[in-house]
Amino acid sequence: MSTPTWKNPIIKWVDHRLPVFTFIDHSVVTYPTPRNLNYFWNFGSLAGLVLVIMIASGVILAMNYTANTSMAFDSVERIMRDVNYGWLIRYIHMNGGSMFFIVVYIHIFRGMYYGSYKEPRELLWIIGIFIFLAMMATAFLGYVLPWGQMSFWGATVITNLFSVIPFFGETIVQWLWSGFSVDNPTLNKFFALHYLLPFIIFGLVFLHLWALHTHKSNNPLGIDIKGDQDEIPFHPYYTAKDALGVGVFLLFFLGFVFFAPNFFGEPDNYIEANPLVTPPHIVPEWYFLPYYAILRAVPDNFVDVWGLLPVIIPAKTAGVIAMFSSILLLILLPWLDTSKVRSANFRPTYFWLFWIFVIDTVILGFVGAKPAEGTWLLVGRLATLYYFVHLVVLVPLVGRFEKTKPLPDSISAAVILSGTDIKESS
Amino acid sequence: MVTMTSKKVLLAAFLIIFSSSVNATFVEASSGAAHPEEQSWTTNGLFGFFDRKQLKRGWQVYNEVCASCHSVRLIYYRNLSEIGFSSDEIKKIIADVEVPAGPNGDGETHADGELLVRPAKPFDKIISPYPNDLAARAANAGALPPDLSLMTKARKNGANYLHALLTGFKDAPANFEVSEDMNYNPYFPGFQIAMVAPLSDEGVEYSDGTKATVEQMSKDVTAFLIWTAEPELEERKRLGLKVMLFLLVFSAMLYAVKRQVWAKLH
Repeated sequence: MSTPTWKNPIIKWVDHRLPVFTFIDHSVVTYPTPRNLNYFWNFGSLAGLVLVIMIASGVILAMNYTANTSMAFDSVERIMRDVNYGWLIRYIHMNGGSMFFIVVYIHIFRGMYYGSYKEPRELLWIIGIFIFLAMMATAFLGYVLPWGQMSFWGATVITNLFSVIPFFGETIVQWLWSGFSVDNPTLNKFFALHYLLPFIIFGLVFLHLWALHTHKSNNPLGIDIKGDQDEIPFHPYYTAKDALGVGVFLLFFLGFVFFAPNFFGEPDNYIEANPLVTPPHIVPEWYFLPYYAILRAVPDNFVDVWGLLPVIIPAKTAGVIAMFSSILLLILLPWLDTSKVRSANFRPTYFWLFWIFVIDTVILGFVGAKPAEGTWLLVGRLATLYYFVHLVVLVPLVGRFEKTKPLPDSISAAVILSGTDIKESS
Repeated sequence: MVTMTSKKVLLAAFLIIFSSSVNATFVEASSGAAHPEEQSWTTNGLFGFFDRKQLKRGWQVYNEVCASCHSVRLIYYRNLSEIGFSSDEIKKIIADVEVPAGPNGDGETHADGELLVRPAKPFDKIISPYPNDLAARAANAGALPPDLSLMTKARKNGANYLHALLTGFKDAPANFEVSEDMNYNPYFPGFQIAMVAPLSDEGVEYSDGTKATVEQMSKDVTAFLIWTAEPELEERKRLGLKVMLFLLVFSAMLYAVKRQVWAKLH
């Protein structure tokens, strides 16, 4: 990649001393990209867009928000009623959270389908998981701020999870609370952390992109770029394609903001927090439901069933371990998946496993919204079991025994062979 | 071939994930309560708007009936201009209203045990019937009449639920025992509510000649409460239409640009 020669004297002067323009040129203009990326590759840039929207709208909200238990709820309502376009900013921020998770879930599943986590992109994937974890933390903290009933009780349930940590559990929970229950110091702390974490996410995104640009994007064929004929410059091709994605995405996003702003929310959060009244069903936001289902799936007599473990693990502890490992296990995915072929298009067995896994997570989402009893609990347990069996047993085994389809010689060969559609034959 | 079909499958599955996991939070059946019937509200749909005549009637019902127990503490008198009251009418509404005036120069809120008061101004919040929750409970056999400002957003299917509740009072079935100081209502979770049926025919006298049936009053006051919960609704939907229209045209143009740019490759 050659350094571009700048004609504008000011740009030239600056770039000679601090090569920002060259950096931009290399990152988003001449940046070589596989020529066959489909629309599922739009969701990375969309996630970046949502992050920026969330930070921008969040900064404005913070100017009008009061992190005090006696004023937080009313300060949000003041934003909704008396701040100019406060309702718009607040609804954008509120729905933006859900949009972030929709976009990122599609982004993650795309990576799983096309094997984007495989060598040499393992770190890229792992940084992505950390971004996801930071997003979850940020979303949880942010949900507490309006100080509604679900804010308070959600915070109580989730912070209590940390009490299962051996020896230090109680101390950690009291540290999280800055006291002996979720109260004013907790709200203050959560507000500070909610403001801090997005900038950490921003830093992680920078690392994510650095790693991405080191080995370039994966592509639907999952084969490496072999020469110039396989690539196209990012601009104008993917700037145009990403821009179209942004247009369609904003239609979807703002459709909710303007016409169904409370679609993703819980009515209970429009009731001010009351530590003396527990809501009949404490449910997390929709994007946490699968994990909530896993948390509640572990039976009380978990240890009795096997009697093998040297230490007795209470159900709550086991549930928390299961929930956190359901995400942390994904860090190991590049090594759990033993197949050398990346794209599921050439992996007839993994193709179906992938889709069953997707359906499994959807089922977990359903179960998470139900009371943990009867048939739903049973379904939740089976779905939880399958989640782990998929990652720990099926994915490693299939990679070893699957007969994959022949890969095309190159991206350009496959593209030219079939025009816009890519055939499987080489 | 595989790519095309799998693309479609992929897309379909994502749509399913999205819609189902979202709906999952809503399929939750409210425990032990009848399902409210769907009503048509002028605020529904893409072109939803406030029927200001109805909101004024709704205010009248709130003011003359509900306000004896329920507050709308997020609303100011000045806000009433948004539903069509002129400033003279608002002055008339607050003519007899007194609000706490203290603390005075000496830092006192009471004089001789009496609360210091002054006449209300449009910038005052609509006064609440009770000074605090304890006083409210003391006056209502232990029950707390909730604030109504956000009620239609704070209940599932809020507006329909509220209308069903207000019109749903009836005698309990023979096998159902209603506790002391409670009333039977099939739409309330648990079927028992502390509130007595608040509306009765001709309970208020509408100045615009509308016949004040229970059904009518219930609809009017619910419409009023949709406004108190979402005063921005009308502006939001109007702006939303413009934004959607812009984005549709903008996306169509971006699609054309994308086609044009990529045409060189294909």
